[in-house]
Amino acid sequence: MGERSIVPFGPQHPVLPEPIHLDLVLEDEKVVEAIPSIGFVHRGLEKLVEKRDFHEYTFVAERICGICSFIHGMGYCQLIEKIMGLEIPRRAQYLRTIWSEFSRLHSHLLWLGLLADAFGFESLFMQSWRLREKILDILEETTGGRVIFGVNKVGGVRRDISADTLQRVVIVLKEMETEIKDLCKVFINDYSVEKRLKGVGVLSFEDAHRLGAVGPTGRGSGLQSDMRKLGYAAYNDLDFEPIFEKDGDSYARCIVRIKEIYQSISLIEQAVTKIPLGEIDMKVTGNPNGEHFERLEQPRGEVFYYGRGNGSKFLERVRVRTPTFANVPALLKILQGCELTDVPVLVLTIDPCISCTER
Amino acid sequence: MQKVNPPMLKIILKNLFQKAPTRMYPIEKREPFAATRGHVDNDIDQCIYCGICQKKCPAGAIAVDRAEKSWVIDPLRCVACNYCVEVCPKKCLSMEKNYITPMTCTWRK
Amino acid sequence: MTNEVYYQTVIKEEVLSRAADMSQQGYRLAQMHCTTLKDQALPYEVNYSFAKDLELYNLRVVLGEQEILPSISEIHPAAFLYENEIHDLFGVKVENMSIDYDGRLYTTTVPTPFRNSGDEGGKNNG
Repeated sequence: MGERSIVPFGPQHPVLPEPIHLDLVLEDEKVVEAIPSIGFVHRGLEKLVEKRDFHEYTFVAERICGICSFIHGMGYCQLIEKIMGLEIPRRAQYLRTIWSEFSRLHSHLLWLGLLADAFGFESLFMQSWRLREKILDILEETTGGRVIFGVNKVGGVRRDISADTLQRVVIVLKEMETEIKDLCKVFINDYSVEKRLKGVGVLSFEDAHRLGAVGPTGRGSGLQSDMRKLGYAAYNDLDFEPIFEKDGDSYARCIVRIKEIYQSISLIEQAVTKIPLGEIDMKVTGNPNGEHFERLEQPRGEVFYYGRGNGSKFLERVRVRTPTFANVPALLKILQGCELTDVPVLVLTIDPCISCTER
Repeated sequence: MQKVNPPMLKIILKNLFQKAPTRMYPIEKREPFAATRGHVDNDIDQCIYCGICQKKCPAGAIAVDRAEKSWVIDPLRCVACNYCVEVCPKKCLSMEKNYITPMTCTWRK
Repeated sequence: MTNEVYYQTVIKEEVLSRAADMSQQGYRLAQMHCTTLKDQALPYEVNYSFAKDLELYNLRVVLGEQEILPSISEIHPAAFLYENEIHDLFGVKVENMSIDYDGRLYTTTVPTPFRNSGDEGGKNNG
């Protein structure tokens, strides 16, 4: 039996976008166990509900994370609207759907770039982010900000998109689709990429179900759960099927995300043809009283919102359970039995968003 | 002597004579879009010093004094969320599209 | 397979048997959280959320100040993170966690910061 040693991984590591610490127990270069330790970016955002009233908390909710910021704001607004029993105009729901699919697009392209960087393919990383710049330009033109959009409010959205901007956006997306296809050919077919991803970090279907894996991490192992099927916002008018793969290794998780990019482009095109004319917000009076659970689909998986109000303008409790929090046990299972050099790639395949994990 | 590979020659010539894909910043600056949220500006003649913007600002970046007729904003605290522009009753606040130049902490009128 | 959300209040002793039931029926543990209540005698409410397909089932336990909650991490391995978080932020004691961080998961200057609901509203301009 070989000697065991403990190697600390993180919180500072070139491959990690955000700080997380793992203690890796090694036996001759194979990882036997991994012990996680989080809490480096904890800001206590759930306690801030007591100091900011429920309208202003939208701004705080958007700033929980930089990459998935729009869907956090949207989830919070949907939560408050359900507690107060408001029915927002249909056009606002379509606009929210379009922006959240853009959010998903830019997050997946960002992740593809980080994955390429993790196994050392820097020029592929630069190409992915160059494509992402075009999406950020569209977002800046329509919302005013590249990363934090600031368009959600309780009762609707704050900005409108004109019809010819929407048509122009669809044309830009169509041009981008051929470029994305060329980029993804490298991820799917390249020999060196396959060597790093195929057969590495296998998560079986039973383990994924038992450990509660969500999002592309779970769907890469065969779990068919996509919260967009719940039909919130405008998703019950749009036509799509959840994408899943059966193999459960890192390559399958990569393929799921690549296919979701194409699915997002087609969802945006569908939404643009179906969007109705009308108002974009409604007047909100009164205070929230009651409790509700809300579940949305972020680029990384299923996000949970729980809110409780007692009739005053400060909420009693807001709870956000982000998908990376649910994927950490699955990460610990994937890491058992892999080589030490595969650890950065495996940590990245679950798409860690640590600032979401510890608000 | 080694012969230069024909495809490589094409790439070398292309790189030598093609225009650079990057911008010559700061000689040539990028024009932000019309809707970009850069910084907040106040038309001070129209302002009635009601203080609604101070109450609604989520970051606490505006300080208004009705008695002394002063309106100051801390540009480093402001997150450019556009909330003050929306609630101003006289519509004297506006969101300009250029980002502020780097500065040390100072309150600005 | 519905979009329904169910709520049920149980007592602390039933938690383990109900969690085993849920696991048998194919539900997965979606999340766990804690809320502070205004009642001084029973100030904590711990909520377990189980999900299957699109359905959501919530179990609620109301706890007193010194009561100890049994851990369900043997049945649902994903629970250890949530239980450690509840222990660090609210001070609720949980026994038999599969990985126990002993209060070191979140390092905060104030121990158990969420324990009491703080002062009444108001903007903090400092």
